[in-house]
Amino acid sequence: MQFALLIYHSPAEFAMRKNDYNDPHLGAWRAYYKALVEAGVYVGAHALEVPETGTTVRLREAKRSVQDGPFAETKEQLAGLIILELPSVDAALEWAARCPGASIGAVEVRPLAPEAMRRGFTG
Amino acid sequence: MNGSNQEDTHRTIERVARESYGRLVAYLSSHTRDVASAEDALSTALVSALKNWPRDGVPQNPEAWLLTTARHSLIDLMRHQQVALASEPTLLLLRDETNEAALSAEFPDERLKLLFVCTHPAIDPAMHTPLMLQTVLGLDAVRIAHAFLVSPTTMGQRLVRAKTKIRAGGIQFEVPLLRELPQRLDAVLEAIYAAFGIAWDDMAGVDQCGRDLAEEAIWLARVLLELMPREAEVRGLLSLMLHCEARRRARRGQDGRYIPLSEQDSRQWSLPFIEEAEHHLAEASRLGRAGRFQLEAAIQSVHTERAQSGRTEWSAIVLFYEQLIRICPTLGTRTGHAAAVGEANGPEAGLAVLDGTDPDDVSGYQPYWAVRGHLLQRQGKTSEAAEAFDRAIGLAEDPAVRQFLLQRRG
Repeated sequence: MQFALLIYHSPAEFAMRKNDYNDPHLGAWRAYYKALVEAGVYVGAHALEVPETGTTVRLREAKRSVQDGPFAETKEQLAGLIILELPSVDAALEWAARCPGASIGAVEVRPLAPEAMRRGFTG
Repeated sequence: MNGSNQEDTHRTIERVARESYGRLVAYLSSHTRDVASAEDALSTALVSALKNWPRDGVPQNPEAWLLTTARHSLIDLMRHQQVALASEPTLLLLRDETNEAALSAEFPDERLKLLFVCTHPAIDPAMHTPLMLQTVLGLDAVRIAHAFLVSPTTMGQRLVRAKTKIRAGGIQFEVPLLRELPQRLDAVLEAIYAAFGIAWDDMAGVDQCGRDLAEEAIWLARVLLELMPREAEVRGLLSLMLHCEARRRARRGQDGRYIPLSEQDSRQWSLPFIEEAEHHLAEASRLGRAGRFQLEAAIQSVHTERAQSGRTEWSAIVLFYEQLIRICPTLGTRTGHAAAVGEANGPEAGLAVLDGTDPDDVSGYQPYWAVRGHLLQRQGKTSEAAEAFDRAIGLAEDPAVRQFLLQRRG
């Protein structure tokens, strides 16, 4: 069964992102990824650019609406996602708790839709 | 009634609820085996106490009042469920006893039976501790869910399922026979220790939920000791938990930094807790039946001696671990043993012990990798040590521990 860990950051946590290999915050993330791979549960992951770089599109009553930034002005924003192959939601919650993102922002665990449905989307 | 009196009444209700919850649930469910209904009836009685006591005053025997009220509610509930045919005798029994209880405030303490029911082999071991926390201490499913890292809805459903099994699965409310007792008592002790272990992992009171759970576990062990004063392992478990609890404050720096045991300031350890822990350990050894929890308490007791002697007698700790591994070869015990050997006989010896564990077992076990990193670092194998520390960092949940390991890694 596949689960997505959806990682939410506060603005402060987004601001902590540095492109410095020796940054301790980055070190924690690297170690976490290594642990996921070593445990054989890692399927894939992507980090997202900061929310301000997003553009949101809506179509309402046949009219386009385009907005700068994320769709909602909430405090925490989606920052990335990790896909894991795990036997149960219990195991997924355990990995979510170990995620460095959980101790500052939040990590949501959500099962991926069944594969048949995913194939329906992608053709 | 003025405000402060009302506050007093509310505090009384809280205290009675806390002290009597398990006794009342155990007693109410011991005939029917229906724990869920007993809990429902008791919460109805508590609501009614909240309504009546501030107005009428606290009754002379609050527990008897709650019992009588809960019983009436239980009888109503059973009538409502129309289970009359099957449980008519129970219903009659309950009614008779209700009349009796009005006369006498005494009723037998059935909590021991309830503890054995919660840890019955027919019940999923993962649910032993949650059931105990709920039925004996009255903790709600949401709090239990937080502690066990399960969604509140899921925890609620699992508790309901376990209680249905108690009612429908023929699990008897009884203290096991002498020949079954050691094994069954182990399950009770394990479940109490699991509650404490969760609190301990939450680390040193950052998390209020964790701290409370440690107190609840110690409370449960005290209840058990009251009910089984001649069981050495019950005292061993209580001693172990008190030893750990004594160090709670010393486990964190003022800035919230994690401080490992070997670097703790022993002046911050709680003396009353240590004294009580030592007392129980001495009483346990007088009973002449060694066991896992007594050995673990003995290891903690050696650590505590540093407060007086200024040094840790690692060779004594190794000896206790060797005995412990013979009866309880868990991953935690083997890792602790390796760490102690590393301190007593040098990093090579410690690593040799670590190498004896199955790699599949340790892939998700953080302390193994932390000990390995530490020992490799002492050997001067910096890059191998960093690899091991990385594994530990990736598996760490507590941000303060993660920070500590990142610093050690260098």
